[in-house]
Amino acid sequence: MDLDFSDDQKALRDEFARFLTRHANTDHVRELQRDAGPGYDQALWDLIAAQGWLGVTIPEVYGGLGLSQLELCLIAEELGRALAAVPFSSTVYLFASAIMEFGSEEQKARWLPLVARGEIVGCLAVSEGPGDLGCERPLMTTFDGTAMSGEKLPVADGIAANAAIVLANGPEGVALYVVDLEGCDRRSLPGLDQSKGYAALRFDQATAEALPGADNGWDAFRKLLDRSVVPLAFEQLGGAERALEMAVAYAKERRAFGRPIGGFQAIKHKLAEIFIQNQLARSHAYFAAWALESRAPDLTRAAAGARLSAIAASELASRENIQVHGGIGFTWEADCHLYYRRAAHLALIGGSSRYWRDRLVAEIAGTSP
Amino acid sequence: MDFSDSPQEAAYRAKVRQWLEQNRISAEEIDADPVGAARAWQARKAAAGFACITWPKDWGGPGGSQIEQIIFTEEEAIGTTPENLFMIGLGMCIPTLMFAADDETKRRFVAPALRGEQIWCQLFSEPGAGSDLAAVRTKALSAGDGTGDWLVSGQKVWTSKAHLADFGIILCRSDFSVPKHKGLTMFWIDMKSPGIEIVPITRMNGVAGFNEVFLDAVRIPDAQRLGAIGEGWKVAVTTLAHERYAVGGTSGPGWQDLLAYAKERQVGGDDFLSEGDFRASLADLYLMAEGLRHTRNRTITALARGNSPGPEMSINKVVGTRYMMDCATLALEVMGPFGLASDAGSAAAQFRNHFLTSPGSRIAGGTDEIMKNIIAERVLGLPPEVQPDRERPFDAALN
Repeated sequence: MDLDFSDDQKALRDEFARFLTRHANTDHVRELQRDAGPGYDQALWDLIAAQGWLGVTIPEVYGGLGLSQLELCLIAEELGRALAAVPFSSTVYLFASAIMEFGSEEQKARWLPLVARGEIVGCLAVSEGPGDLGCERPLMTTFDGTAMSGEKLPVADGIAANAAIVLANGPEGVALYVVDLEGCDRRSLPGLDQSKGYAALRFDQATAEALPGADNGWDAFRKLLDRSVVPLAFEQLGGAERALEMAVAYAKERRAFGRPIGGFQAIKHKLAEIFIQNQLARSHAYFAAWALESRAPDLTRAAAGARLSAIAASELASRENIQVHGGIGFTWEADCHLYYRRAAHLALIGGSSRYWRDRLVAEIAGTSP
Repeated sequence: MDFSDSPQEAAYRAKVRQWLEQNRISAEEIDADPVGAARAWQARKAAAGFACITWPKDWGGPGGSQIEQIIFTEEEAIGTTPENLFMIGLGMCIPTLMFAADDETKRRFVAPALRGEQIWCQLFSEPGAGSDLAAVRTKALSAGDGTGDWLVSGQKVWTSKAHLADFGIILCRSDFSVPKHKGLTMFWIDMKSPGIEIVPITRMNGVAGFNEVFLDAVRIPDAQRLGAIGEGWKVAVTTLAHERYAVGGTSGPGWQDLLAYAKERQVGGDDFLSEGDFRASLADLYLMAEGLRHTRNRTITALARGNSPGPEMSINKVVGTRYMMDCATLALEVMGPFGLASDAGSAAAQFRNHFLTSPGSRIAGGTDEIMKNIIAERVLGLPPEVQPDRERPFDAALN
């Protein structure tokens, strides 16, 4: 039995955490919330790229570090904790993962080195308007055999992206495509977490290539989600842990009725419950990290557990962090709302709780398609 | 990350399995004489080095590792075993003696307890001292006849196994004029002493097991004192710190049973497994049970690596009992009137029992509220509870 990361993996995490402490700051994230602008911290992104972190799971032959999914999970947790405003999840867990899982040799050779060197931002374009990300529904975006047309919105990190993985109708049914976004018609969308550069992407006879490993598009998309929600859960967990730390620190320092508010059971029990939910989320996330790295047959179940537990923990922690802070908690200047926004963002981009509960029960009841 | 045993762990597990296969006590023997079977089983384990595996050699234990104890407990739980009547003695009372008793007392009790020759109970809680244990009022007064003996009078409650116990440890108040934590003294006591009356308590599920213990001028020689006069709280804290490491999982019917029932009913035309409401509740139960299982595995990992476990297991009791109660409530709900009444042995009957047991589980051994205080104070470092009576003389605080 060994359900924890190795000392080497933890050392790598600590190194990345120190790097983020030096270079990431929440004031920049707050500024990004003002307008639907560039949607990320370019300077931080360039530093992350220069240090090679984007290539963590990309094989060395494509210029990456060739490390495992476990290292990626630990990096994700620190990104969440630091609230880093970079398109890491879109580029690494979604875009690069899709290429690695379903791309041809040529596609891998073309795109992965660009990601590893930090020369492109990638994204995933699935939604076409209202509705949960995960639910299968008719698509309007269509690839006619030579070019793609249609509109995807919202696309997280779509403002910054150079390339997208697009779910669209093809000549033989729904499939996943890789699309170069050079010259793509895009507009910025106001959103909940504007450090995530939401966009609408319009394709008008755009050049696109199918990912050959993804012949059944919806199945491939679900497989991609199963894999990507694991690092996403770590990112959510990092945010939830930070929100708990903030709330605990404030409860020790803030005095009312003659004592620190952290001495009152209403506050203590609230914070203890967040601790409980965070621990459950961490345990599910560790199990899912193992299932991801070892390509376990029950990855879907493990991923669903991690995803659901991470959503529950991060929503509770980010909401109650504001509550514990009282008046100061809902000001623009406090960081509380930044974690609240990010928790909502992360909860919605990988499929909601409703979607994942349904997948989980289908798995445990043996009724999955 | 890896879910298999290390080579050493696998070898130990194989040894344990083989021993268990050859030495198990049969269900018939247990039915015929439950207490005798429990004693015999403990004796066999002790002789083979499988009792109190982590106890050091100078306590008469085998000096094994915590992982070995966990492996043995897992394997033991796979088959039939007699009820463990020795948990309180070996988990709490004997470690207290090891901390506070003289050598002669240790020699007298430690080895026989290990072999299952003695059953111990712990006389701590009182009608007026539950979560607030330091408020005990059971009086220990000097007999005043030159013997140095003590006369103990009062009432203890929730005392597990008192009706079977040979000995106990008892927390008494020897001085009412000082603040409550400072006037306590601990003793070991012979449960067959004159003046002890034991009355069983039947719990709301109809099962006995706890007792009230009435003490009327019970004579205790001073040699049975554990720790200094007035230092009983310090000794009690040691006892509680020795509470068996709670790495146990949840027991009884769970989400798997509920799922099996739902699938059965699907065939019968009662398709709540397809309803979003039921699916959501089932998913929540799964998240609690599996979250606890993985949490336990994180703790085992720390122990296997030779590290101290982190604070993660402090969530075990709150989540485990919440799970138990939610599971029973949902099961009865989907069973409808059948949940209310059905033949003994049916799935519904198991969940009914769970429904009646779980409220007590949320209270016994630390209420949800006390467990959350512990998490808040010891893990998160939040300020302790206000205790207006803490510095006042106990007799003044009583009024």
